[in-house]
Amino acid sequence: MTIGDLWGQTGEWLKGTGPNSDIVMSSRIRLARNLAKYPFPHWATSEQLEAVISDFEQACKKADYFKGALFVRMGELDNLEKQILIERHLISREHTVKSEHKAVLISEREIISIMVNEEDHLRIQVLQSGFNLHDTWKLADRIDEELEQNLEFATASDLGYLTCCPTNAGTGLRASCMVHLPALVMTKQVGRIIQAIGKLGMTARGLFGEGTEAYGNFFQISNQVTLGRSEEEVVDSLGKIILQIIEQENAARNSIFANQRLLLEDRISRSLAELKSARLISSEEALNLLSVIRLGSDLGMIKGLDRNILNDLFIQIQPAHLQMKQGKALSAEERDAARAEFISKKFNI
Amino acid sequence: MLCQICGKNEATVEFTEIVNDQVKQLHLCDYCAKKKGVEMEQHFGVADFLAGMSGAGRSGQGPSLKCDKCGMTFDDFQRIGRLGCGNCYASFRESLIPLIKRIHGSTRHVGKSPKEIDKADGSKKVPEIQELRRKLQQAVDREEFEEAARLRDRIRELENKTKDR
Repeated sequence: MTIGDLWGQTGEWLKGTGPNSDIVMSSRIRLARNLAKYPFPHWATSEQLEAVISDFEQACKKADYFKGALFVRMGELDNLEKQILIERHLISREHTVKSEHKAVLISEREIISIMVNEEDHLRIQVLQSGFNLHDTWKLADRIDEELEQNLEFATASDLGYLTCCPTNAGTGLRASCMVHLPALVMTKQVGRIIQAIGKLGMTARGLFGEGTEAYGNFFQISNQVTLGRSEEEVVDSLGKIILQIIEQENAARNSIFANQRLLLEDRISRSLAELKSARLISSEEALNLLSVIRLGSDLGMIKGLDRNILNDLFIQIQPAHLQMKQGKALSAEERDAARAEFISKKFNI
Repeated sequence: MLCQICGKNEATVEFTEIVNDQVKQLHLCDYCAKKKGVEMEQHFGVADFLAGMSGAGRSGQGPSLKCDKCGMTFDDFQRIGRLGCGNCYASFRESLIPLIKRIHGSTRHVGKSPKEIDKADGSKKVPEIQELRRKLQQAVDREEFEEAARLRDRIRELENKTKDR
């Protein structure tokens, strides 16, 4: 498998299957682990970092989960390929900075990815479609155990798994869901909900866009605390919060559908028209319009759109994916043109 | 004058950037200036906060604590906001514990640990004390204080036993 193969396929987490996949796009578990033998990546020598990569590679060969997986050193990838991995949520932006002595393992269906020598020696990620936190955690747990058979992780009896930054120590677990909340944004309730989430030890941030902006009305909700709560408790309480968010979003959708039907129809058909006829479109604009289309499709107001295809569009219109498709680097304006053409083809069937 | 980043919009903001002691003047449009601002905010990351928060941890006199395994000093940690290796947690324990308490509201791990795994058959053996700590946390959450007190006493008993050994 190569990066080129990835680009052509739809990642498992975008399939739009699984429970509540209209509102919850995907569920993710991340575990931070370090090898006891070596200093943390930022404090290790080149030789030690290489030893981490080779120890991990050896351990992977013995694990059943990684058959057919892609294992690649970041230094072997060009900028476009690195960007593709970021856009597919397989690596972090930090992992592309100073790529020497960094590597990543990606499973065939992009469910599992493990970054080697990011902030911690290993960052294990499991990403699945829909509202699926428990199964996702169970899979991450099994992968962790399988790696543990052959790698000795840094731990302390009272502080659990030891991580480079004390904010991750303990379970090293970050559980999160990507949620699509267009109706809560439209009814201006989302700010209140994000505040409430913060009080419960969870955090919400925009999924696309920089800083606190949330293009396309996608938010990522995750736990903050990693010490003093077991993994199951964290997954449970995040799950309960997500359930309430689903309820609130559904209530807001029903209220708009019942009380502001004409306004909603207007926004949906305008968005569709713009996507069909635009000649230049920025990713911010496209994400926001696609969000309205996704809502319209969820409410049955647009027929015949497959959620799988719609979800994939959110990724395919990102800059690196567009450039990979064209087979060359594009300027910002060329990208906007390529994006508009690509989208209009999808909708003018 | 056009924005020096995007080259499209009219520049409305004068932006001064200091990188490696080099002062750079940039004329930017609103959009690019905002983007720069966001980058700067992100630059001031968790590490900076941690470094600030752990400030109270040191007496300020005498040489900084040093990890005997990786050579990181507590001063290094305060500067970088990242630890050097797993052993640093033990080396800087006294200063780190209050910081960890402030971050997580707890200093006791109650989740899984590698020692739970009996490598011979792969089955899990949860140490009794960890299971009790987990139950204690649940009891406190449910405000079942009698049960919590009972669990606390049992944990103390076990802890004393390990100490005696």
